Amino acid sequence: MSALTLHYDVPGDDFTRAGEASSDIKNKLKQMGISPDVIRNVAIATYEGEINMVIHANGGTIDAAIDAESITLTIKDTGGGIPDVELAMQEGYTTAQEHIRALGFGAGMGLPNMKKYTDEFNITSEVGKGTEVIMKVYLSK
Amino acid sequence: MKIKDLVKSTGFEVVNEGDFDREVSGVYCCDLLSWVMGRAPADSAWLTVMGNMNAVAVSVLADISVIVFAENSAVDPTAIAKAAEQGVSLLKTNKPAFEAGLLINELLS
Repeated sequence: MSALTLHYDVPGDDFTRAGEASSDIKNKLKQMGISPDVIRNVAIATYEGEINMVIHANGGTIDAAIDAESITLTIKDTGGGIPDVELAMQEGYTTAQEHIRALGFGAGMGLPNMKKYTDEFNITSEVGKGTEVIMKVYLSK
Repeated sequence: MKIKDLVKSTGFEVVNEGDFDREVSGVYCCDLLSWVMGRAPADSAWLTVMGNMNAVAVSVLADISVIVFAENSAVDPTAIAKAAEQGVSLLKTNKPAFEAGLLINELLS
């Protein structure tokens, strides 16, 4: 399989379009004949990243690189950054505001889900500069 | 069990007909979207009162088979439009989520 890269710009604060990039990645992986379990893991991790950027960072970018061994997802924003990454990684911890929670988001499961559903997970964040999450999902377990 | 058989057996109202030949193999109840993303098994019937388009997006990405809106909860027109576009089946019932989930579980077992 030759390497394929996909790039998406995610608009901020637009819940009507949230999930479009993740859906498109999912459809492309399906067309490539990648196994449903792998696709589901990628879809969940990507959607959580996409939603996080919509809620917290006024949007950002998603890049997916697919090669013979794995899918690498890079989710990057130039938002406010995360002051305490360790705390943000804890299940149930959230800083989402009430109107976001009313939509069903803000359960404090975004980053933990991204880690849970990927084989490699790395997050770097700087307050005032933004956050970058790089994840890898292996094509065969 | 196929969604069409679930509809016949429960009498749940059809809000949007997606692929009614799709199998349902479990039940999951929750309204927090990330919780559902992380924990709902693929191919499950998802009971919720969260009738917005993000719920539809979650069901697509997490491979949920059908969304069942409990207690006649309101479903946004944008959610129905999104479901029609993506082929997602939406059902509705006046039963609470627990009772509706129990009923589906009995039919599955």
